[in-house]
Amino acid sequence: MRPGYVVRRIGFYVLICAITLFFAVPMLWIASAPFDASPGLGVHWPDWTLENIRKTLDHPYAMHSMVNSLLICVTTAVAVTAFAALASYALSRVRIPGRDALLYGLLLLSSVVTGTAAMVPIFVMMFQLGLIDSRFGVALVMTGGLLPAAIFILKDFVDAVPKSYEESARVFGASTGQILRDVVLPVARPGLATIMVWAFVNSWGNFLVPFLLIRSIDKQPGAVLMQTLTDEGGSVNLQVLPVFSLLFSIPVVVLYLLVNSRYGFRFHGGIKS
Amino acid sequence: MTSATAPARGRAPARDVAGLGVGRALGFVAPAMLLIGAFLIFPALWTIYIGITNYRLTGVEAVSPSMVGLSNYTKALNDALFHNALWLTLLFVLGSAIIGQNILGFTLAWVLRRARPVVRRTVEAFTLLAWILPSTVVAYLWVAFYDRDGGTLNSILGTPGTAWLIDYPMACLVVFNTWRGTAFSMMLYSSALQAVPPSQLESARMVGASGWQTLRDVVFPHIRGHVLTNTLLISLWTANDFSPFLLTKGGPNHESETVPVYIYNVALQGGELGYSSAISFLLLIANLLVSLVYLRLLRRRS
Repeated sequence: MRPGYVVRRIGFYVLICAITLFFAVPMLWIASAPFDASPGLGVHWPDWTLENIRKTLDHPYAMHSMVNSLLICVTTAVAVTAFAALASYALSRVRIPGRDALLYGLLLLSSVVTGTAAMVPIFVMMFQLGLIDSRFGVALVMTGGLLPAAIFILKDFVDAVPKSYEESARVFGASTGQILRDVVLPVARPGLATIMVWAFVNSWGNFLVPFLLIRSIDKQPGAVLMQTLTDEGGSVNLQVLPVFSLLFSIPVVVLYLLVNSRYGFRFHGGIKS
Repeated sequence: MTSATAPARGRAPARDVAGLGVGRALGFVAPAMLLIGAFLIFPALWTIYIGITNYRLTGVEAVSPSMVGLSNYTKALNDALFHNALWLTLLFVLGSAIIGQNILGFTLAWVLRRARPVVRRTVEAFTLLAWILPSTVVAYLWVAFYDRDGGTLNSILGTPGTAWLIDYPMACLVVFNTWRGTAFSMMLYSSALQAVPPSQLESARMVGASGWQTLRDVVFPHIRGHVLTNTLLISLWTANDFSPFLLTKGGPNHESETVPVYIYNVALQGGELGYSSAISFLLLIANLLVSLVYLRLLRRRS
């Protein structure tokens, strides 16, 4: 072995280790602090206890905020999936006049009108509609925000499904309703599942919309409650917040792993929040 | 085929495969368009209107706002805090997206391309985790990491008592956002690198090109389009990112107040809805320009 090769191998592993540490070290705390009897803000080997978990479960708002998150995100995910499925199917299979312009407009909208750029008018609009402090209002705003990208991802998916399925069903005399229910829906299921998970995960992590629109603490979803508790500070919250962060992260990670293992991670160039 | 299409000849022919017809297709598209129209297009257009009024959250102007023409925009021209926000956003985008995420993402994609599957999967798992965790959770992780008294960073560096988020707020945000977003660039560049023909890499090695020469002369020409579109996209996201608010709230003394945080502080802390709408509109225009360039590049490539 030439010395140059050895040096390069060592350099390679040093680089890999440094980068991995950079990504891992800030996360270690969420693995140790929830189980530490004297939790601080630094990472250290915990003095094992389950007391923090009990404290979190007993917290007046912690578990309640999870229910709020669930309520908002399930509503959003179902609405996004249903409306995006209908729209993307029609856009994929029927030549509606002005379709290409519409698709281009949707693609632009999904990246131009971000939550931060639209927060003032959305706040004013919901304020005037009397939808401040309404979890349903939050779900509506999130649905509107996620729909353009969802239609786009799903349309790609439907485009990839061969038309011959529907054609042969039609040849055998199936009605439009039957074709949609018995042919298209089963074939599109992986796409629908992916989009539902995508919408759920995105709304689960969304902080800005509920932060703007929800006022009372008993209606706050988890993302906002964390901020409320952080602002309060204090030692009780140092027991509750790490456990809560961990619990709040679990659904996202589990859903991600699920989609990844069942359908493989499909890389939707350019689609995140 | 002929027998199946014959009965349909009497009515207007539905030319699509499911026999949906244009009318029902429009019905399918309508609910989504209504929601998008109400919660995305209408707010975007409404910023233009609110931006030329003196609308406020409270007080007389909250009840009866009046038109003030372009004075919100002339105010923005002379507003030192807005200039400060623009400058900080530029620093944030340049440091964390254009340099940080781009370079770290490419480095990871390049060195992991031939690494052992175990190594590759471990490193990817951590970068992806940083990307998918909820933003409030990662913000809290980093607030703890940077903490003055017990923070991990101070233990590692042996600098107890350094209040990183107060002394170096922008540097903290740049490191944070690089950590948060690198996964996207890494994945994009890994798939882009697969398009580089192995035969060209092989011949570069045969003629004894150094690693750097190979990157510059063989790899880069193939992925130039990806570098450009990736940079535009992550810049757009970073410029619109609200998570700086979760780490510093724009403080201390406006030192980390990027444009999104500034809009929030002006609108909901200061109550100046008209003025903050004018600034939002400027952000929308900037987003529109970047997106138009991005889509044009994408279209040219395909």
